[in-house]
Amino acid sequence: MLRVEGLYTEYPNEKGEIVKAAQDVTFTVPEGKLFTLLGPSGCGKTTTLRSIAGLEKPRVGEIAVNDRVVYSSSKGVFVTPNRRGFGMVFQSYAIWPHMTVFENAAFPLQVGDKKISRADIRTKVMGVLKATQLDHLADREATKLSGGQQQRLALARALVMEPALLLLDEPLSNLDAKLREKMRFELKRLQRELGITTIYVTHDQSEALALSHEIAVMNEGRIQQIGSPRDVYERPANPFVADFVGSTNFMDGSVLGPDGNEGLYRVRTEIGDVTVLATEHLAAQDKVLVSVRPEDVALTESRPGGGKNVWQGTVDQKVFLGEVVDFQVKLGERMLLSRQHPSLRTPIGNSIYIQLDPEKCVALKAA
Amino acid sequence: MTVPHDDTRRFEWGWIVIGLCVAITVYIAIVPLGFLVWQSFFTPQQAEKAAQFTLGNYAEAYGSSETARLFWNSVKFAIGTSIFSFVVGTGLAWMNERTNTPFKNLFYALSIIPLIIPGILFTVAWILLASPKIGIVNLVLKNWFGFDAAPFDIYSIWGMIWVDGLHYSPMAFLLMSAAFRAMDPALEESAMMSGANVFQVMWRITLRLTWPAIFATILILFVRSIESFEVPALLGLPVGIQVFTSSIYQAVHRYPSQIGLASAYAVTLLLITTVGVYFQSRLSSRGSKYATMTGKGFRPRQIDLGPWRWLTAAIFIVYFLLIVVLPFAVLLWSSFQKFYSVPSWQALQNLTLDPYRFILTYPNLTRSVWNSVLLAFGSATVIMLVTSVICWIVVKTKLPGRWLLDNIASLPMVFPGLVLGLSIMIFYLNFDIGIYGTIWIMFIAYITRFMPYGLRYNTTSMLQIHKELEESAAMSGASWFTTFWRIILPLLKPGLVAGWIYVMIVSIRELSSSILLYSPGTEVVSIVIWELWENGQYVELSALGVMFILALFVLVMLAQWLGKKFGVKE
Repeated sequence: MLRVEGLYTEYPNEKGEIVKAAQDVTFTVPEGKLFTLLGPSGCGKTTTLRSIAGLEKPRVGEIAVNDRVVYSSSKGVFVTPNRRGFGMVFQSYAIWPHMTVFENAAFPLQVGDKKISRADIRTKVMGVLKATQLDHLADREATKLSGGQQQRLALARALVMEPALLLLDEPLSNLDAKLREKMRFELKRLQRELGITTIYVTHDQSEALALSHEIAVMNEGRIQQIGSPRDVYERPANPFVADFVGSTNFMDGSVLGPDGNEGLYRVRTEIGDVTVLATEHLAAQDKVLVSVRPEDVALTESRPGGGKNVWQGTVDQKVFLGEVVDFQVKLGERMLLSRQHPSLRTPIGNSIYIQLDPEKCVALKAA
Repeated sequence: MTVPHDDTRRFEWGWIVIGLCVAITVYIAIVPLGFLVWQSFFTPQQAEKAAQFTLGNYAEAYGSSETARLFWNSVKFAIGTSIFSFVVGTGLAWMNERTNTPFKNLFYALSIIPLIIPGILFTVAWILLASPKIGIVNLVLKNWFGFDAAPFDIYSIWGMIWVDGLHYSPMAFLLMSAAFRAMDPALEESAMMSGANVFQVMWRITLRLTWPAIFATILILFVRSIESFEVPALLGLPVGIQVFTSSIYQAVHRYPSQIGLASAYAVTLLLITTVGVYFQSRLSSRGSKYATMTGKGFRPRQIDLGPWRWLTAAIFIVYFLLIVVLPFAVLLWSSFQKFYSVPSWQALQNLTLDPYRFILTYPNLTRSVWNSVLLAFGSATVIMLVTSVICWIVVKTKLPGRWLLDNIASLPMVFPGLVLGLSIMIFYLNFDIGIYGTIWIMFIAYITRFMPYGLRYNTTSMLQIHKELEESAAMSGASWFTTFWRIILPLLKPGLVAGWIYVMIVSIRELSSSILLYSPGTEVVSIVIWELWENGQYVELSALGVMFILALFVLVMLAQWLGKKFGVKE
């Protein structure tokens, strides 16, 4: 449905240095899916989104929606944003303060070459306002809306022209934490119901994991990994993805050899020999980085019955976070972070057993 | 779905609008200036002899010792005026912003006085007050104290400095008030906590922090006073104190008129104002280094003056008398006389409405009022619309060379009104496209002269409009023109309305450009006042002046009401 191919964007910053905003960005999004561009600020995710929107012109590449090429450097095609017909929700919502709620949502139907009758506009706008639960506020001044309502209005305005593609630029980042979680469900429900192809930009990994069909993790202008939320979280392709998506324990190690089952290897690390999972083939002596999520570091006060990867350590620090407790466990010279249910109450200084599930220890080839 | 071939090749009407605005701006700002400089190197064109290249104009302008005196007079007058108005304005601003002087909120309204009382009427009023022969103040003092000679002579360099300095002092007051208000009082308070007394705080903290604002204000005042025309023409010329502006006027009005010489003077004056404006804008742009705003809302702390606050209140009242009450009162008095006479019991018996009857039946009056209104309305509208596009290009696009456009549109700022009138006059004399001697040439002059102000008002407003408001319109399918018309212009309204009102008011009182460009039939109100002065019809002038001031007052009040309604913030 959406095809982005070999996108390169560069521009000089204030000091005149060249910023490589997007480097060989390539992906496709199937009809009806929600695709997320995830990464830290300055990674090129917004540049990519704005290139799809037509608000920025890449240097090289091609962008097509349903086989309609909207940008191609080789064919010399650049369709201006107002002729692309995509809906977009901006980070600031960009609600026009001089219009009412209704006028904001009706604007996309009134401009351009469309010839839509007043009555049809009314029906369509009220329909979309109803879907976003704003129908009772239609005549209110747009500036008199709360943050969440403004956000919904921005969404209504983007959806009213039934766009082929919906672009969302960090739409939840200006909301407070509670509202953000609520809107996250709302957004997901709406997208799934309408089945509208959506590109979502965010730096918040939990948002990306919660909403997406597929995630592209970006860093320094390049896509690091594309995969389902579960893939990206459980099988990160490289140290950057492992570190950026969720928090993780990293251990340097070198490969000893395969460990029986398919995909498992023995790796010598600073805490001892660990059985780990690798998505690619590893040879003996390969330098790797082993990544273990804190919630996959199991702690027990008594020695576990069996299984691999068991050590004994001491509780060094605890941080109580409400629904979870973070344990810092000292293992020789090494600290491991473990996330536990608050029912585990082992005091600081006591010894504790650690077990790592080999399937959850991901070996990444060191860069 | 295939690629519709018109996707990229569709014509956008917006380009015509943008192109037209840029073309108007560049033409208006560059052409007369270029031609003025060009003209200053040529002999006058005559029927039998074509213009020839010459340095003679400059030789004449700079060769004589007369010019050295001219230069010295101009600089003396400008420095005196700027220092005087700065000291008065700053003192009042400090009292108003930083002390607990009683009723001070009332006095803030003073800042609109120079808009309400045009320079020519202010000058005439002060002649009636302090001329050695008929000045009321002089006569009163002579009677009371038995002086032999009049104590004040308005027809002197000091008189000129006094009148012009008073007239520009509200501007200094406004600029310095803003500077004082922008300063975080915590900076002063921490000095206080370190043990500094009021004067140490003022001298070592307040003044040092406002230093860029001080210097910028003095430069603006200097430029304004060196290009001011009414005061040197009315007070200096009768006693032979000539400055650049009055000499340009004389050179043009001599027979045969010496355009080349006037141009040489004008170029010199232009150089001086350019240097002033250049340093002033550099100072303003570097001012961020001194930025004292923290962004947090704060109320400036006020110094409790104790009983001294009645003294500062008295100073305010005296100032108010000098700048508003006395000038207006003397015009009002003389407007009810048959012949000008000093207030006395006998004169009081002879009050008459004759001057008003004369003015209201004055043949040129209706036409000149109509011309003034038309020009003010037209130029304000055109300026605000054109500069809104220009400042959109400058603020919102990444077009290379947009800074140049900004500078070009601001260029007329350095033109003294008289120089602008001169350059437009000689340009359209030489390139006859049929507008010389019509109202259109004045229209062009007004647009040129006030374009930079319109640009400033629009730019302030434009900077507040978030880029995404416009991008979301594009994503909604709106073309550039639709976006500009339905999103940008409505959001720009505060700046647009404020600028429109300002340009409207300054256009109505414009004199120094119009005086070289008007011809019979295209007089404006300020020109009629000027003509009455030349004819010595003082009482009739006073009657017109009183009505003019009242009309401007109503207009300004209306404007402020409108401004409040549209949420204009200045």
